[in-house]
Amino acid sequence: MTDMPPDFARKVDIRLTVNGETVEARVDAGRHLVDFLRLDLGLTGAHAGCEHGVCGACTLKVDGDIVRGCLVLAAQLDGAEVWTVEGLTDSGALADLQDAFVARNALQCGFCTPGMLVAAADLLADGGVPSRAEIREHISGNYCRCTGYEAIVDAIETVARARAGTEAAA
Amino acid sequence: MSIDFGNPDRPNSYIGRTVPRPNARRLVEGRGRYVDDIVLPRMLHVAFVRSPHAHARILSIDTEAARAVPGVRRIFTGAELAAHCTPWVAVLAHLKGLKSAPQHAIAVDRATWTGEAVAAVVADSRAAAEDGAALVEVGYEPLAVVTDMRTALDPDTPLIHPELGDNLTFRRLHEQGDVEAAFAGAHKVVSASFKTGRHTGVCVEPRSILADYNRAEDQLTVYHSTQAPHMMQTVIAKHLDLPEGRVRVVCGDVGGSYGIKVHVYPDEMATVAISKVMGRPVKFIADRLESFATDIHARDHEIDGRIAVDADGRILAIDIDDYTGIGPYSVYPRTSAIEGNQVVNLCGGPYHFAHYRARTTVVLQNKTPTCQYRAVGHPIAAAVTEGLVDFAAEALGLDPAEMRRRNLIADDAYPYTSPANMRFEGLSHQASLAKLLEMMDYDGLRAEQARLRAQGIHRGIGLASFIELTNPSPFMYGIGGARISAQDGCTVRMDPDGSVVALSGVTEQGQGTEAMLAQVVAEAVGVPVTRVRVITGDTQVTPYGGGTWASRGAGIGGEAALQAGLALKDSILTVAGAMLQCPPDSLDVVEGTVIDRAGGEARMPLEELGRIVYFRGDTLPKGLPRELVQTRHFITSDYPFAFTNGVQASYLEVDVETGFVRLLKHWCVEDCGRVINPQLVDEQIRGGIVQGLGGALYEECLYDADGQLLNANMADYLVPMAAEMPDMAIGHIETPTRESLLGAKGAGEAGTAGAPAAVMNAINDALRPFGGRVTEMPFTPARILAALGVVGKA
Ligand code: FES
Ligand code: FES
Repeated sequence: MTDMPPDFARKVDIRLTVNGETVEARVDAGRHLVDFLRLDLGLTGAHAGCEHGVCGACTLKVDGDIVRGCLVLAAQLDGAEVWTVEGLTDSGALADLQDAFVARNALQCGFCTPGMLVAAADLLADGGVPSRAEIREHISGNYCRCTGYEAIVDAIETVARARAGTEAAA
Repeated sequence: MSIDFGNPDRPNSYIGRTVPRPNARRLVEGRGRYVDDIVLPRMLHVAFVRSPHAHARILSIDTEAARAVPGVRRIFTGAELAAHCTPWVAVLAHLKGLKSAPQHAIAVDRATWTGEAVAAVVADSRAAAEDGAALVEVGYEPLAVVTDMRTALDPDTPLIHPELGDNLTFRRLHEQGDVEAAFAGAHKVVSASFKTGRHTGVCVEPRSILADYNRAEDQLTVYHSTQAPHMMQTVIAKHLDLPEGRVRVVCGDVGGSYGIKVHVYPDEMATVAISKVMGRPVKFIADRLESFATDIHARDHEIDGRIAVDADGRILAIDIDDYTGIGPYSVYPRTSAIEGNQVVNLCGGPYHFAHYRARTTVVLQNKTPTCQYRAVGHPIAAAVTEGLVDFAAEALGLDPAEMRRRNLIADDAYPYTSPANMRFEGLSHQASLAKLLEMMDYDGLRAEQARLRAQGIHRGIGLASFIELTNPSPFMYGIGGARISAQDGCTVRMDPDGSVVALSGVTEQGQGTEAMLAQVVAEAVGVPVTRVRVITGDTQVTPYGGGTWASRGAGIGGEAALQAGLALKDSILTVAGAMLQCPPDSLDVVEGTVIDRAGGEARMPLEELGRIVYFRGDTLPKGLPRELVQTRHFITSDYPFAFTNGVQASYLEVDVETGFVRLLKHWCVEDCGRVINPQLVDEQIRGGIVQGLGGALYEECLYDADGQLLNANMADYLVPMAAEMPDMAIGHIETPTRESLLGAKGAGEAGTAGAPAAVMNAINDALRPFGGRVTEMPFTPARILAALGVVGKA
């Protein structure tokens, strides 16, 4: 346990886009994405609640899919496109969801919220109006210890209906 | 000055309305500022070496290899740190006989639970600190462990702290009336044994602290995820030998707390002490394993109970014998005896009966220390009481709702003193039950249950009435000698532009304290709520106060804010009267404008008043009081606590093949006095219910006989997730407390207090045709199948 394999300490050069901006970095091969964002880039929107892939607080968007930022290594992300809650806020991609979360008080301490929003946006990207059971199922990888989940389900359902209504009208 | 709360059309009517939270927007944009988001120049990180043994003597600590790790700056053992941080003993004088041993920031020569810190490694990064910690070689001599609370006091059980003489921390026996005679003469006596699983809070944000000692100023600034910043200021100053005025505790966003973050943790004290020694900022963020092993646990109880009833179903007597294990130390400064004490205080709480005996026996164990977690003792007391009431109803052939109607304290019986000597100012059990039964369509649900039962679908309906202790006075901690403030303060200030700043000693933990305070201040001063900015969580800035625990934010902090706001309005009107040359009491402030009280005409916007006071004071009469800032403090004094009440119902289905429980719907009617923001109260209750449902169905810290915690990770320690949780209907009855103008009591514990009891009664209701029953939480499939006789006892 005393010697670390030399490979592990190796630094890796990566070039990727984060929230639409190009980032070049030299990272430890063992650096997790959430740590890279938080510690190296100062993007503190994604949170680390467990660092073993269970709580969902670190949920992020990478190349269009949602991933656990604590399970992905930054070194794997050369050429990738990463979006965090900060970028998704600035682009307006989450605006209606964020409004609904505020209106419905679908957050208390807010620690789970960035991950919850990214997970919810992923469900809504499929279109249609998911049932409450489907919404509950989809966010079941995201811990929330403060709310009773119901407000979150309500907020997501409201947005799904509004989007469907807008689409139908358009 | 008073407020006509009954009139919804009154001016500035914010109290009682749903108003959005000012901090919610920031949080949904990912712009919260939690402790781990703060980075300071020259900041170091600490990782702890933790004992793998539940009980062991520390023979040696070899740090040589760890020191060689790049980035490691220094390593501290317990003995080294003890020179900089004095130990504490967590006792309270009013809990007679309570005893504990001195506890150090880092264990000095003995580790007493798996996870206790035995050394600290300080490095440039958390990763380097962890690498170093992995290389610290500690020589241990394992010692005999104490794990079973029922045998902890046996003569042949080893002593955890020999100097204490035994493993008993606290025992209390309360007796009222003639319990034995009541049982002897009863129509029916029902007894049952209950167990509540040891659980923990699992805040999604782990415990977090960043201490920054500046030698040049002899000033310590501590950024802390805590519920009680002033208490921490006092404790840190005392044990690090600093003047209290040189310690500033800043509490920004807190990612969940629920009582977990209201205690003094040794590793956090160590972090602060290390910063003082090294003169640099030092950060400690617990990882998830550390959270499970070192955040306080709670609810580890085994209870034998009996209830005596007469032929009409009236409760004659209740007799409770509670055992609980608290780990190796009573937790500072609130003590770990409070939970058992609460069980004695709260059992039987909602019911009218005369003869009561309750005993709690609080023992030491080599497990993680336990202490106050949301709804301290409440879910245990409610489960025992409501379980016994349901079993008695069953023995009498009475419907559980009817059983409660016959026994709940009448709504016109107040003030009322319970057989546990709790004084109730005003509760509404009967009205709450009636409202609940109507909301859930109790009769319709019973009919549906019968219909489905005939088809082999086994559903259950469970009711649980409860009381909740809120708004504590100094009788909770102060009289015991703890420096935990029961009073709270608020400073309200008007600035030149007519906007208002409120500084409060209560803190924001996500439940919306700041929104609540803004509403109260806006209404009191007479300004739009959007013009009020609330500042909390900085001991250098806010009035000294208790912080947020025991549901005191609205009832105590809210009243201080109301009084300060009303006082500021008086000051504004004094100045306005001088400027407008009319008696101040002929004026009022509405929506940011001074108006004529009689006719309502606008006389002057607050911006204009602010401009003159701050910049043209020369135009005001000499000697006119012109302080546009007022501070008020509030403390309850007529009653030691404000009790609230509520009732919950659970509707669920038991799969008798697998033992799985599916929650279908949950209801709660709660009386927290004045509701300030209905949406925030409802969501507090929903969140609380879900924490209670976790205790009922999933959560349990499992230990083996050697004191090893077996499920210290989120994959093995189950908490409720969205898919398993039901929708919840919430209703209210409002019985405001007369102790304050605001009339608010607390709502933070209610959901957690009653939910497990409602679920237990519902499961037993579903199992009734099979003759099995469960009383041991969490009600896992294995325990339910055992109750059904399908498998052996789990
Ligand atoms: S921190 Fe990644 S899932 Fe919990
Ligand atoms: S809002 Fe606190 S964890 Fe979800």
